[in-house]
Amino acid sequence: MLTEQSQEYPLSDELKSKIDDVLEAHDFDGTQIVGILLEVQELNEFHYVPEPVAYYVAYRLDMRVTNVFDILEFYSELSDKPRAKYPIQVCNSIACHVNRGDELGEILKDILHIDFGETTYDGRFTLEHITCFGACDRAPAVRINGHVYDHLDSREKIEHLLASLH
Amino acid sequence: MTSKVSFLTQNFGKYDPHSIDSYLSIGGFRALRKAVTMDGEDIATLIAENKVKGRGGAEYDMGRKWSQARKVPGNNHIIICNADEGETTTFKDRPLIQNDPFNLIEAMIIAAYVMRATDGYIYMRAEYACFRPLLLNAIRECHRNGFLGKDILGIPGFNYEIHLYSGAGAYVCGEGTALIRSIEGKAGRPRMKPPFVKVSGAFARPTCLQNVESLSLVPHLLLDDKKVYQSYGVGDSVGTKMISVGGNVKHPGSFEIPFGTSVRDIIYGLAGGIQGDRQIRLIQFGGASGKVASADILDTPYTYQDLRAAGVMVGSGALCVVDERTSVIDFLRINQDFFSEESCGQCTPCREGNLHIKIILEKIKNGTATKRDIAVMEKIARVMSMSSLCGLGETAQNTLRSAIEVFPEVFEVGGAEA
Repeated sequence: MLTEQSQEYPLSDELKSKIDDVLEAHDFDGTQIVGILLEVQELNEFHYVPEPVAYYVAYRLDMRVTNVFDILEFYSELSDKPRAKYPIQVCNSIACHVNRGDELGEILKDILHIDFGETTYDGRFTLEHITCFGACDRAPAVRINGHVYDHLDSREKIEHLLASLH
Repeated sequence: MTSKVSFLTQNFGKYDPHSIDSYLSIGGFRALRKAVTMDGEDIATLIAENKVKGRGGAEYDMGRKWSQARKVPGNNHIIICNADEGETTTFKDRPLIQNDPFNLIEAMIIAAYVMRATDGYIYMRAEYACFRPLLLNAIRECHRNGFLGKDILGIPGFNYEIHLYSGAGAYVCGEGTALIRSIEGKAGRPRMKPPFVKVSGAFARPTCLQNVESLSLVPHLLLDDKKVYQSYGVGDSVGTKMISVGGNVKHPGSFEIPFGTSVRDIIYGLAGGIQGDRQIRLIQFGGASGKVASADILDTPYTYQDLRAAGVMVGSGALCVVDERTSVIDFLRINQDFFSEESCGQCTPCREGNLHIKIILEKIKNGTATKRDIAVMEKIARVMSMSSLCGLGETAQNTLRSAIEVFPEVFEVGGAEA
């Protein structure tokens, strides 16, 4: 369990107890692992499940750690790699795309000076493509930490949104 | 004429979705109280009489499904409510969860009564996490009031619990067996059938899987003494349907319509017409795995039969309208990106097929595709639909295959501009 990453990322007692709270809210029920990891991921400032946390969850649920990593790898809403403080999820499905969703992506790239899949130097923003999040009636939209910000049809609106996130 | 009705949506705005007392004050749980005085088979028959087809997209006869499910031996059946609507442009279950959560829970309890289920699962997509507190509260309140738990409504042995599970952004988890694996705490990779889920589903128990909209209809049907539901619709497409309209329309949204409303009324009436009053390039019915039609379909009534005759399907109830600014080939490329991303990679036809079709579509776009490329693409699409492991691979090329029929000129060498 002592990997390089786990030394960089010690599991404090405080974090352990927060993870235990999440596990308890799910009755330590291993079948709820997807929901558990979604919540555990939010305990981290960079919205991911670090390796030692994955080990800890597996240990507490008496589950094989390979299953935890399989799930982290499989579901696109889960990440085993650090993301930004504000991961910006841009929908690239058809309904958003035909409503200037591609322009939205271009403007974001231009303002942030990063490409999709990259993080800004200060660790604040990551640009991610995501398939439909069910806000087609509010296109073009982005999703940041679970919140949908809609009708982003001008550069001013996008700049205003980014400035509001600290 | 703009036709919007409220049968399924009749409770919207009438009660506080956070309060069971508020729901009870508008007659909540009357349907359940009525249901438990009936024979389960009669409830399945009632659904069959109303010719309800599953609203998830497969269009399977719902009354028959319930009747078959209750005949499977065992006393620990499972009801799953599929709230993982991941088809693009599909957001018709969202208002049902948001505005009428208690009706959905009531429907799941009725389903449990009919199928002798002891556990119910709501599998909701992670994107709808904002509704988790609402549903958890509804489940808790039902418990407190004796509608869930042990000996429900004082009926000895009627024990039932509802659990809320979350997806995490995998489209394939809308497929029954993948969804079940996800509920079991595994990665949501589909499996071969048989065994069918009605015999051996979640945790190897008999399972009945239904869409949010299908379930939500049941309490209303039980109380529909005046047969209002049957007064809507045309022919075998009885009643009403939730649809969601998106893309280049002025007022995208979800609406309840009577079957038989024309596609023109939907797009130009309910959705306000096309942005900038442009021309329609194409309309995709039923989400990313749906088929496409040209503007010629506008005067077709929205029914199962008429849409099928016109080469498309009701599917998930989505209509994505694309205007003349987007070319057919660009539309197909974006749609293909969706499947290239969402294929789980488990079976070869789907994994490789999606990859190669993506490459050939790029070639068509760049004007470098040869006749042979296009023939290969058609063949891959056909093989995928015949040999993929699950519904995702089988339907992934519906859009492309229908586009080849509707817009053949695009697939002639050098026709990408069309």
